[in-house]
Amino acid sequence: MANEGVNKGRRRFLTATTAVVGGAGVAAAAVPFIKSWLPSARAKTAGAPIMVDISKLEVGQMLTVGGNVPEWRGQPIWVVHRSKEQLDALPSQDPRLKDPKSENAEQQPGYAQNAYRSLKPGILVMVGICTHLGCSPMFFGELKPEPFDDQWKGGFFCPCHKSRFDMAGRVYNGVPAPSNLKVPPYHFADGDKTLVIGVNPEGAA
Amino acid sequence: MANAISRAWGGMCEWFNERTPGLLPVYRKHMSEYYAPKNFNIWYYFGSLALLVLVNQIVTGIFLTMNYKPSAKEAFDSVEYIMRDVEWGWLIRYMHSTGASAFFIVVYLHMFRGLIYGSYQKPRELVWLLGMLIYLALMAEAFMGYVLPWGQMSFWGAKVIISLFGAIPVVGDQLVEWIMGDYLPADATLNRFFALHVVALPLVLLLLVVLHLAALHEVGSNNPDGVEIKKGPKGNRWDPHKPADGIPFHPYYTVKDLVGVGVFLIIVSLVIFFEPTVGGWFLEHDNFVEANRLVTPAHIKPVWYFTPYYAMLRVVPSKLGGVLVMFSAIALLFLMPWLDRSPVKSIRYRGWISKIALALFAFAFVWLGKIGAGPGTDPVETLIGRVLTFYYFVFFISMPLWTKIDATKPVPERVTMHD
Repeated sequence: MANEGVNKGRRRFLTATTAVVGGAGVAAAAVPFIKSWLPSARAKTAGAPIMVDISKLEVGQMLTVGGNVPEWRGQPIWVVHRSKEQLDALPSQDPRLKDPKSENAEQQPGYAQNAYRSLKPGILVMVGICTHLGCSPMFFGELKPEPFDDQWKGGFFCPCHKSRFDMAGRVYNGVPAPSNLKVPPYHFADGDKTLVIGVNPEGAA
Repeated sequence: MANAISRAWGGMCEWFNERTPGLLPVYRKHMSEYYAPKNFNIWYYFGSLALLVLVNQIVTGIFLTMNYKPSAKEAFDSVEYIMRDVEWGWLIRYMHSTGASAFFIVVYLHMFRGLIYGSYQKPRELVWLLGMLIYLALMAEAFMGYVLPWGQMSFWGAKVIISLFGAIPVVGDQLVEWIMGDYLPADATLNRFFALHVVALPLVLLLLVVLHLAALHEVGSNNPDGVEIKKGPKGNRWDPHKPADGIPFHPYYTVKDLVGVGVFLIIVSLVIFFEPTVGGWFLEHDNFVEANRLVTPAHIKPVWYFTPYYAMLRVVPSKLGGVLVMFSAIALLFLMPWLDRSPVKSIRYRGWISKIALALFAFAFVWLGKIGAGPGTDPVETLIGRVLTFYYFVFFISMPLWTKIDATKPVPERVTMHD
């Protein structure tokens, strides 16, 4: 018989090692194909930081550039100059919110984890995309009863699935959005006249 | 003359048989000597119709790629170009878009046939599993296909569905970027979906369809009585060793299926020629507007065939929970062969519990579809959606119990109407 005198242990060892080496080769060869799906150099360049002039932004207004909300990485960026009235109403909303203290650290950088969710109390900077399913909510800045909320103190309302957020982008209870609106990395430059979106302030993470 | 032709034909057949001896047995096994139960009813049209639609999608799809441009800048315009300027382009495109919905109609009916006649039960578990994989591949194929025209619903639908993966803890956000190849659905996303839609997934689908049929023809078709004809008496008009209640697939069922094809083509022609959008159900109105990433449509919803699952996603008040519920709803279907403990296959010989449970299940699925297609703002409707979703899961999870305790009627020895 041809199988006589076969060293079965060695045969098993060779089969196993060949399989392991082959498997490692397949895994290594898969890496380039999987990585080819990551954002390309061009997409990353297009995702570079943007600068907007906020020196002419009036109290109570949302910033627009040429009639449009500025964009960073294809996401609408809201820059709102909040009034004192809007800021003062924020604490009164705490009991109605899912995350009033902004404890979900993924939704804002550390420097925006405060009562106003911003670097400077007046200027709100946020990604204008609903945390539920990525729609773009609408700005309802006035402190007056709205059809969707009779205790409305200003904020954002998503037409897709009716999620509501207050004037600091904090999400209300009982709506499908799971978390507060995202605050992008940003800082002020040029004597606070310019807002740089996409880069943290110096020394902050 | 006729003699000469038949001699030439016979000679040619022989020439091939000597060189590829496998072909004739394959033809016999799957067509002329595949003995299918003789009591098939109207529910048995939908398998062959699904095959017909698959061929339609491949042929019309190939012709669409000849004029379609898979880039975010040109896609929408190229579809309008096909609709307006390409000779007969509108017909080819509407055949493809109507085919997509028709595919799901026949597949849902085909699956429901499996449910009422217990076609997933032993020994056809693998047939069911392969069928479910086809259903999954088809959903991916349809989703990516709907992105290609790059209308508003293409863009926002893609955004919503891809962002579902963001609910996965830790890796979610990176996974979403990896799928899109950008920070939002963009040119890269459209281009890769095109590659998957026209090359990768059709190959997977075709392979799965071949395996589905191979697995079916190995164990043989079930029938409305749920009787195993292979275990019944032997001997029919064609073969003394084959099941007495079987008839050759070709020509008997090929001819029967042709009748189904005729009726089917009449119905889809009415849609293609007179109402190709079906009032926004087959092609949503918002998708006739080019994608705009800064303007969200007031009301984002998927096409009708995904709406039952979309309703489940929406009525669950947590994002991760909704995603889990939605995917489990599909995963549970895979388990049918092991959840059903009934000793009989067909609904004909089952008790009232099974009949009511299955009827309610179909009802819940359709109603969820209606809720998922709606605006989702009515709290009463959300509550109904939760009850229906709850029932959907109760149906599957308690199935081992109620299929076991349910009364059954004696199953006949042979298929009814066997003479």
